[in-house]
Amino acid sequence: MATQPDVKAPGADDAFREEVRQFLADNFPPELKGKGNALAGVDGPTQESDAQRKWREAMGERGWGTPTWPREYGGGGLTRRQARILDEEMARAGAYNPIGGMGVMMFGPTLLEYGSEAQKKEHIPPICRGEIRWCQGYSEPNAGSDLANLQTTAEDKGDHYLVNGQKTWTSGGQWADKCFCLVRTDKSDKHRGISFLLIDMDAPGVEVRPIQMISGMSPFCETFFTDVKVPKENLVGEEGQGWTIGKRLLQHERTNLSGGGSLARMMGASLSDLAKKYLETDESGAIADKVLRDRIADFEIRWSAFLLTARRAAEESKAAGGVSEISSVLKKLGTKLGQERAELMIEIMGFQGLGWEGEGFSEAELAGVRAWLFGKATTIYGGSTEIQNNIIAKRVLGMLDHQ
Amino acid sequence: MAVLNEEQEMLRDMAREWATNESPVAAFRKVRASGDPEAFDRDAYGAMAQMGWSGIIVPEEHGGSDFGWLSAGLVVEELGKTLTASPLVATTLAAAAIVLGGSDEQKAKWLPRLASGETIGTLAIDEGPRHDPAKLSASVAGGKLSGTKAFVHEAHGADLFVVAAANGLYLVEKGDGVSLATRKLTDQRSHAQVTFDAAPADRLDSGGDSLLDDVLDRARILTACEMLGMAQAVFDMTLDYLKQRVQFNQVLATFQALQHRMADLFGNLAMMRSAVEGGLQALDSGFGIARAATIAKAEANRVLHTMSREGIQLHGGIGMTDEYDVGFYLKRARVLETSWGGTAYLRDHFAGTSGY
Ligand SMILES: Cc1cc2nc3c(=O)[nH]c(=O)nc-3n(C[C@H](O)[C@H](O)[C@H](O)COP(=O)(O)OP(=O)(O)OC[C@H]3O[C@@H](n4cnc5c(N)ncnc54)[C@H](O)[C@@H]3O)c2cc1C
Repeated sequence: MATQPDVKAPGADDAFREEVRQFLADNFPPELKGKGNALAGVDGPTQESDAQRKWREAMGERGWGTPTWPREYGGGGLTRRQARILDEEMARAGAYNPIGGMGVMMFGPTLLEYGSEAQKKEHIPPICRGEIRWCQGYSEPNAGSDLANLQTTAEDKGDHYLVNGQKTWTSGGQWADKCFCLVRTDKSDKHRGISFLLIDMDAPGVEVRPIQMISGMSPFCETFFTDVKVPKENLVGEEGQGWTIGKRLLQHERTNLSGGGSLARMMGASLSDLAKKYLETDESGAIADKVLRDRIADFEIRWSAFLLTARRAAEESKAAGGVSEISSVLKKLGTKLGQERAELMIEIMGFQGLGWEGEGFSEAELAGVRAWLFGKATTIYGGSTEIQNNIIAKRVLGMLDHQ
Repeated sequence: MAVLNEEQEMLRDMAREWATNESPVAAFRKVRASGDPEAFDRDAYGAMAQMGWSGIIVPEEHGGSDFGWLSAGLVVEELGKTLTASPLVATTLAAAAIVLGGSDEQKAKWLPRLASGETIGTLAIDEGPRHDPAKLSASVAGGKLSGTKAFVHEAHGADLFVVAAANGLYLVEKGDGVSLATRKLTDQRSHAQVTFDAAPADRLDSGGDSLLDDVLDRARILTACEMLGMAQAVFDMTLDYLKQRVQFNQVLATFQALQHRMADLFGNLAMMRSAVEGGLQALDSGFGIARAATIAKAEANRVLHTMSREGIQLHGGIGMTDEYDVGFYLKRARVLETSWGGTAYLRDHFAGTSGY
């Protein structure tokens, strides 16, 4: 993905910081302080307040929701240093990035790399402005971990493809405008028979059926395609190149799912700070339950080491130019730690951390329970931990298939 | 598996057959869908009582069968396998408190009713969200008990509460001075905060100073039995799934990475079973109960925690769906894990009671 080189002009950082502060003062509605991005999750319809909409539009206008993407397609055109400054200043002001979702996390960067000029012009700007929701049409009932086994077919009909098949676990499918899909254009070759296709969710023949999850939410869909006509210009890259493109997108997905920064923000306050609210402390202010204190410390140490690893990996992959295999290691570690944190939190809060609904629980407690349950998916989607282990063993460590 | 006598084998087989046929997980789904705060099927509990399950630890002279704790544990384990929603554990524990600490009169009054299923009992001990029996402030003045108990299991159906006050255990009947505030937990069973406001209370006088601890030992062990059944069920359903699900043209069970995981889980399940059965045998023999109870519940916590997490993970996406059963076990697991001592509490308790 093209970004501007990091050049350090003395004073330029300060000037930029000043610009950001001014922008935030002018545009960030104070009532949104500490709130989150309604677009980032795939777990519900987007119900924006006026303030949220204004904030999204201001950031979208500037391209700062996708700060390092090229300006010509609606990105911010910032250097990574500037993007970091933007992050820091937003954190200071209690602001958040209102632009997000799968378009930002994975589809955009992939299209910037593989899309045609016309496709970039058409699809990237609405992503940068947060005007569109994309969903991911990869998995099928018999193509989960074995993604390349997908059977949804796209038949060449001259000026369009005719798509038939079933996708499953399409997160946010019921709220998405468009779907980036892997389809089979050739049945004779497992990997080279796959193509990367963009499908309108409101095209005739597309049907979604939400599925309820253990967390009680239904952001999860089965998606059926029956004789869906997809114009040829919606093919990304060459026919048969879908596996390569699709895998690159998965690297972006992993990086985003594990990226220290976003995960850290998602987790909010430190576990020890939260624990002090729920656990008794002794006269010196230490957590009185020594067993839990030990486990919290163990977690915080490993969590810190993970954040350092994520930062080191980001610096190394930037130096090497691009996303790296280390994304598998980060995804494996980060998702596990996220789950451990949620479990430890429940132990700390006791029954108070297990509320399902109704009286007796704070909003944050109820949200925490659902997040704990939903979080079980993080080690399954985006390539399960087991699949990451296989990737690490084979591609990073050069170990062979055992069969 | 503990060596069972013929009667125990029959009892276990009967419980297994009944749970499989009459109370599969689908029955719990029905209870959940009904939205009834009692969260159990009265007819089903009636049938369980008819089979004598609510009187297993009750002496024969009080209408029970006196089959012993191992027998009670076998039944509870089988019911745990199918997530049967019932007040059996709660009632058995209430009965145990009366067997241990009740006067002849109290025993004669309550045990036959609890054993027959006519009365539902439960323990009301902790006052906060975490188990902490050292901190109780409920108090009794002039035979009236006041105080608030948090997260009481099976509170909605209960007719009789065994309440821990600062100076002992008391029997309090549902009625005047007893009010419930529902606490809906993730397992969607009956839990409530119960407030006693000068409720008539009848002290259990005969159990000595250790009565509360003795009752808690039993609560830990019997809860661990339910957890054992759940762990076994999750293990079995996961193994079945891995043997069926095909990816990369192979059933998942052929992958060594998964074989080793299942082997690890199997080893852990063996430890959990020994720990739980050890607890039951300690109760029946009367020796080393406190230590055995801590070991049983701590191992149950550790193993079911891992098992329920791995159960979801190894099922992949389908494990995340409400339609599939495995998620129910995860949710119930954390509630039971938190009951009568979470892992941190039990480790500290173990070290403390072991003298280090
Ligand atoms: C909450 C959630 C959201 C999702 N969102 C989307 C989405 O938006 N779009 C989309 O396309 N997909 C989505 N998915 C699907 C997700 O990518 C798949 O669930 C995932 O790839 C695993 O596939 P599966 O569920 O079929 O599990 P399976 O492949 O059947 O795996 C079952 C278990 O076996 C393990 N396993 C499989 N193969 C191997 C092996 N070779 N070696 C060792 N272990 C193995 C797995 O790791 C897992 O533990 C989502 C899933 C979840 C849970």
